[in-house]
Amino acid sequence: MSTLATALQARPEPPAVAEAGRPCKIAVRDLHFHYGPKRALENISLDIPANLVTAFIGPSGCGKSTFLRTLNRMNDIIAGTRVEGSVKIDGQDIYGGGLDVVALRRRVGMVFQKSNPFPKSIFENVAYGVRLNGLAKGRSELQGRVEESLRQAAIWDEVKDRLHESALALSGGQQQRLCIARALAVKPDVLLMDEPASALDPIATQRIEELIYQLKSTYTIVIVTHNMQQAARVSDRTAFFWLGRLVEVGPTDRIFTNPSEKLTEDYVTGRFG
Amino acid sequence: MATVPHFQEELDHLKARLLEMGGLAEDRVRSAIRALVDRDLSLVEQVLGGDTPINQLHIEIDSRCVKLLALHQPMAVDLRSILSAVKINTDLERVGDLAINIAEAALRYLGHAPVKELIDIPRMADIAHGMLRDALDAFVKRDVALAQEVLDADDALDALKTQVFRELLTYMLQDPHTIEPSLDLILVSRHLERIGDHATNIAEDVIFMVSARDVRHHAH
Repeated sequence: MSTLATALQARPEPPAVAEAGRPCKIAVRDLHFHYGPKRALENISLDIPANLVTAFIGPSGCGKSTFLRTLNRMNDIIAGTRVEGSVKIDGQDIYGGGLDVVALRRRVGMVFQKSNPFPKSIFENVAYGVRLNGLAKGRSELQGRVEESLRQAAIWDEVKDRLHESALALSGGQQQRLCIARALAVKPDVLLMDEPASALDPIATQRIEELIYQLKSTYTIVIVTHNMQQAARVSDRTAFFWLGRLVEVGPTDRIFTNPSEKLTEDYVTGRFG
Repeated sequence: MATVPHFQEELDHLKARLLEMGGLAEDRVRSAIRALVDRDLSLVEQVLGGDTPINQLHIEIDSRCVKLLALHQPMAVDLRSILSAVKINTDLERVGDLAINIAEAALRYLGHAPVKELIDIPRMADIAHGMLRDALDAFVKRDVALAQEVLDADDALDALKTQVFRELLTYMLQDPHTIEPSLDLILVSRHLERIGDHATNIAEDVIFMVSARDVRHHAH
């Protein structure tokens, strides 16, 4: 029997409550995902606790980003994809019928690897989603929401005097924090981050990491990173993916000091991947 | 948003726990010696029964260090700080154990008539205690000069230990009844000298932490 097969067989069912004392925000059960004929995720069951940072790690092509995108149905926009199993957020199956996908994506915000501000002013970038969703009554409430979001994203002090300048004039790190502010402005519960710092220099990366640490008291954060050290630094729980399967999930300090599975140990010690 | 990265907070927390451990170890040595000098049996028992907090801190501090190393991959002074913390932690735990050993010797010693008035042993205790306190201060303040003073103080402690040995030998030669209690006093002086050695180790670790110089075994 292969190491993986042994590992998967030994893997216990995830507990109903993912972390002692923490309610489960997202419960994934028996999830399979296909890109056309190709199976990208196989039988994933995982609980994501509220108000913690959960990191997905694994080598390129292991399915971690695909899995992240199943959590707000971002894969729907890719033709020929197919999902089986369930993803429940606060008990509601997002793949069940009758779900408003736009409302889902408002609750489950996303930040991407490459910052993608709109070619508009800094203010408009943040205000856009608020307006679109009718979340502010009147100008002053809108301004309040924009300021609050920029403050939460730790960029307010840098942009408060030039809110009406183009967002594209900001540095890469600032653009990424602006995108986080934009995601926060519509008051999501969950923030999905797909390699949010991989295009940034070390200083900007550290600011994003500190920001993640600050935000977790308010949001449930799920981050995909190919940078294992980053996962170690920022997350409370780490899930290791390999070839479309979830090999192991647990508290980050355990995954990085004493993983249960040989595969996880080989990966975190740099023996493969 | 806090301006201090949370790694720095964790490091500060580690340092605070280590100081707490140092404070406990110092207190226990002081109590053990006072119990011996004042012939206070209840204090002896207090020392003998009270090493749980220090043992718990020993484990907690090590696990904090492992976690910081594994999760933050510290470099340069941060790396040296955590490596030093691991070693200082071990030294402090040993100091706690030596306080127990002193209390055990005191317990036996109190079963006999006093051999003599205790003069050099309290003096040794003062020196050992001062070395420990200075070593921990040097750790907090990152003070290499103060750490060097700790290294220099060790000779005085060694000399006093030799003097205690010599003096007690004369009592034992005169009266075999004093052999048993004298041996316990010799053990106490030996334990105090070892406490000085642990303080020296801590001071060496501080010098390594601050200036990346390894001064152990006279390697300059």
